[in-house]
Amino acid sequence: MYETNYHRASSIDDAVAQFAKGTDSKFLSGGQTLLPVMKQRLAAPSDVIDVAKIKDMIGIDVSGDTVTIKAATPHYDVAQSDAVKKAIPALASLASEIGDPAVRYRGTIGGSLANNDPAADYPAAVLALGATVKTNKRSIPAEDFFKGLFSTALEDGEIITAVSFPVPAKAGYAKFPNPASRFALTGVFVAKTKAGDVRVAATGASQSGVMRVGPIEQALKANWAASALDSVTIAASGLLADIHGSADYRANLVKVMGQRAVTAAG
Amino acid sequence: MSTVKLTVNGKAVSVDVEDRTLLVHLLRENLNLTGTHVGCDTSQCGACVVHVDGRAVKSCTMLAGQAAGSNVTTIEGLAKGDELHPMQAAFRDNHGLQCGYCTPGMIMSAVDIVHRHGGKLDEETVRHELEGNICRCTGYHNIVKAVLDAAGRMKVAQAAE
Repeated sequence: MYETNYHRASSIDDAVAQFAKGTDSKFLSGGQTLLPVMKQRLAAPSDVIDVAKIKDMIGIDVSGDTVTIKAATPHYDVAQSDAVKKAIPALASLASEIGDPAVRYRGTIGGSLANNDPAADYPAAVLALGATVKTNKRSIPAEDFFKGLFSTALEDGEIITAVSFPVPAKAGYAKFPNPASRFALTGVFVAKTKAGDVRVAATGASQSGVMRVGPIEQALKANWAASALDSVTIAASGLLADIHGSADYRANLVKVMGQRAVTAAG
Repeated sequence: MSTVKLTVNGKAVSVDVEDRTLLVHLLRENLNLTGTHVGCDTSQCGACVVHVDGRAVKSCTMLAGQAAGSNVTTIEGLAKGDELHPMQAAFRDNHGLQCGYCTPGMIMSAVDIVHRHGGKLDEETVRHELEGNICRCTGYHNIVKAVLDAAGRMKVAQAAE
């Protein structure tokens, strides 16, 4: 790892101020992606601003039809939360399958979203549930937040403070994990909103990062059942192809994981 | 350079380190606690697992500064004097190690698994929850046996306290 300066922020305002002082600062939350990348010398921030201990950024609040998860809440706490398990069980289940137990103790929802790894799990839930990403400056709808591989609507120095999820009528998530990294080779989140709309998002599949899956949404709108996807075909164009799976393989995985997600949602 | 103050195995320590120092290097190089190993250095293998405020985390994926103010327990802090922790004893009795390189991380993760699941632990859960710890010699079989054995011993020990 190249040299860096570590700062622990005491508040969101302090984090923003510390960030502005560095020549090439980065926010550090759980560090489960940033630190490995820094160790590989693929990132070399002049300053890292630790936001993981800011009290206003940790915790889960469920009120009415909204689940709000503050940005520095670790995956483990989301997976264990009785309130989340009751309101959006698919979200707790998704959090329980990220990485491994040691990673889930440290990694956070805000860090995952800010990094926007094309194979990360949370972006699928945020997009399918139509969540709102809250920052120190504004509220960003999921549709406008994800901007392709490792890229988001966040401006330099803007910090995610919380994510608000509307409670759906039904939701489910299924992923085919890479057997080594546990990242999603492909993961699909399906949601039926309380208004009856169907939203489906896939992670790990597209070259442009997390994506809505129109053909599955249409099929499920007509008939909310795994069998409704039997005749659906997912186009392979624009999908990722690598040593782990071709674009055609991933296209099929989108369909199969979609079916498993519907089954999980019930 | 920064001064990092933390508690390691019950003892308050204060160490001057570069800001880029990882917790595992502070433990090994500044405190000479070499029981915590660096295996892959890419956050996959779990040989570096220690407990930070009661949670089993990868000390190669945490800056020393992030652990400031925390309570850290390493493999050296588990035994009570000459009396092995029940997890350590179970690994020995069940031949849960061969070369031993992954063992400190395995044991620290396994203690955390038992704490989280208590008496409800079964083989499938142990295998699933050990996915962040890689062993290249045993084939895991005796490790899983050891963890299940220790879960029983820890329950008995807890009941006796």
